[in-house]
Amino acid sequence: MSFLRVRDLTVTFTRPGQAPVRAVDGVTFDVGSGQSVGIVGESGSGKSVTSLAVMRLLPARNVQVTGSIELGDQDLLALSARQMRDVRGRDVAMIFQDPMTSLNPVLTVGRQLVEVIVRHDGRSVAEARRDAQALLERVGIPDPARRLREYPHQLSGGMRQRVMIAIAVACRPRLLIADEPTTALDVTIQAQILDLLRDLVEESGSALVMITHDLGVVAGLCERVHVMYSGRIVESAPATGLFARPAHPYTDGLLRSIPRIDDEERGMLHTIRGSVRDVVAWEHGCAFQPRCDHAVESCLGGPPPVHDLTGAPGHRVRCPRPVHPATPATGTGRSEGSA
Amino acid sequence: MSTPEQVAATRPTGGDEAIGSPRPTRGLRSDALRRLRRNPMAVVGFTLILIFVGVAVFAPWIAPYSPKDNSWLSEVRPGAYPGPSAEHWLGIDPLGRDVFSRLVYGARQSLLIGVVSLAVGATVGVGIGLLAGAFGGWVDTVVMRLVDIMLSVPGLLFAIAIAAMLGQSLTSVMIAIAVVNIPIFARLLRGEMLGQRAADYVLAARSLGISRAGIVFRHVLPNSFTPVIVQGTLTLALAIVEAAGLAFLGLSGSDPSAPEWGRMLTDAQVALTSAPQLALYPGLAIVLAALGFTLLGESLREALDPKLRR
Repeated sequence: MSFLRVRDLTVTFTRPGQAPVRAVDGVTFDVGSGQSVGIVGESGSGKSVTSLAVMRLLPARNVQVTGSIELGDQDLLALSARQMRDVRGRDVAMIFQDPMTSLNPVLTVGRQLVEVIVRHDGRSVAEARRDAQALLERVGIPDPARRLREYPHQLSGGMRQRVMIAIAVACRPRLLIADEPTTALDVTIQAQILDLLRDLVEESGSALVMITHDLGVVAGLCERVHVMYSGRIVESAPATGLFARPAHPYTDGLLRSIPRIDDEERGMLHTIRGSVRDVVAWEHGCAFQPRCDHAVESCLGGPPPVHDLTGAPGHRVRCPRPVHPATPATGTGRSEGSA
Repeated sequence: MSTPEQVAATRPTGGDEAIGSPRPTRGLRSDALRRLRRNPMAVVGFTLILIFVGVAVFAPWIAPYSPKDNSWLSEVRPGAYPGPSAEHWLGIDPLGRDVFSRLVYGARQSLLIGVVSLAVGATVGVGIGLLAGAFGGWVDTVVMRLVDIMLSVPGLLFAIAIAAMLGQSLTSVMIAIAVVNIPIFARLLRGEMLGQRAADYVLAARSLGISRAGIVFRHVLPNSFTPVIVQGTLTLALAIVEAAGLAFLGLSGSDPSAPEWGRMLTDAQVALTSAPQLALYPGLAIVLAALGFTLLGESLREALDPKLRR
């Protein structure tokens, strides 16, 4: 059985006097033990809200979370706030996008590491300090003993993200959620951080959910990919299958928008027309329809069903007219799940 | 899979490691101190405060006479008050006392009132602000409406009312000034904490399962305290002026001979036409002491402001 099972997760933001906004709409996916899963989508697609919902870090007021989130044998949505605090950092930890603001500026790096280790491992501060030094060394920070005594502002962006990673893996969580961990870093550092993440995950056997808008990151890191659009998963596939044969017109458009160094024609870059705001409510049809080149009238006749692609095990797409020629099997009516 | 050594060894070429700070470990506070030392405004302010505190502490050694000694009453004629002389550097007041000695002892009184009322006002105010900022929700709403009510009453009027209620004494002056300052500190800390609660590092700390108390006391509070320190310094200046004001109005104590800058102003009133300098001395003392704390407070604000930091 999978380690993380998310079923029909729906997150609705309600504000008095305003129409509710459904940021995540019936999302279902699994993450197996030690598996790396990517969630890809553009800004506003609901990928970050999904991760915050799994961590139960969304504000309690004006936010409705329904569906179920199971981690191991625990139903996260049923846990008390206190029980959930025990889960966070111990069973599942998160790495955030901006290392410049995600560390407390008035505490030394060492104290922030020690705080987590003492909190979950129940060790003495002296033991925790030794662990902290080993952790900094493990994430590739030179002279860790000195760095422990330094404040975040004395570290570069890449270093800080290494510290954030060290803090996240300090208590050996079985699931790591990385929310765009490389977006705020420059390209050379990005590669280093991704290498580090891959090594750490392989070494510890923990599962990884990589949230990103960068398909390149997913290609190098993940076994399975879910593509989100406007709050729903529109395509799920093994990473190799997704890149070899994107089925959803949106995925296809994304992949074709990536400039290739071996491109024959030096023309304009491919774009997806329109913007994320040109959305059809999912109840009325496919949200991507206004931007889709393959759209037909029937795309607006109710919510599009999810199909298994024939000849591609575990490849599911929420589109009646997938880009690649393989004929879709008859819709199962179920929402998308994992392989 | 690579060992830590390999990881460290294969990647020191990126800009990442190269930009690390070459300077010795240093905290934010010492950074601010360094900036403070370079600011002439801060140096002037600090010097003024040093003189003020020095005079207050060593008053018995500095003042040549007792501040209450009126043995020179015989030298005073209505409309003619002995001016500066070798024996009496600043002359004699209408009640036959040495002005310089009274001025020196007055510093004591001002410092005492300032420090005690600040300590009480800031402690209570910070406590209330912490309560509202830590819990939010209905606690915040209730507490802050009470604070708003306190804030809506004009400060000096409030102080006079308290002094009138508790009777004329030094204690009631200190309580009055402290109470006036409570809502200022409460609002300041609460607002800052609410802002910090939305910060990324607080979300990160929550994602690690840190307890609510841990988040409030280790993460939110230390990051919210800077403006409170600045306000504290500025409040000292205000307290000195307020203390003088209350003393001038005769609310500061039952002993009319007690050396107090505000009371010296009152005493000088009768002689304002013939000896205006008698009002000038305590007035100048009040201004300089308040200026010292204001200058230091303003430069502290600059030194600690993260927006000016680079």
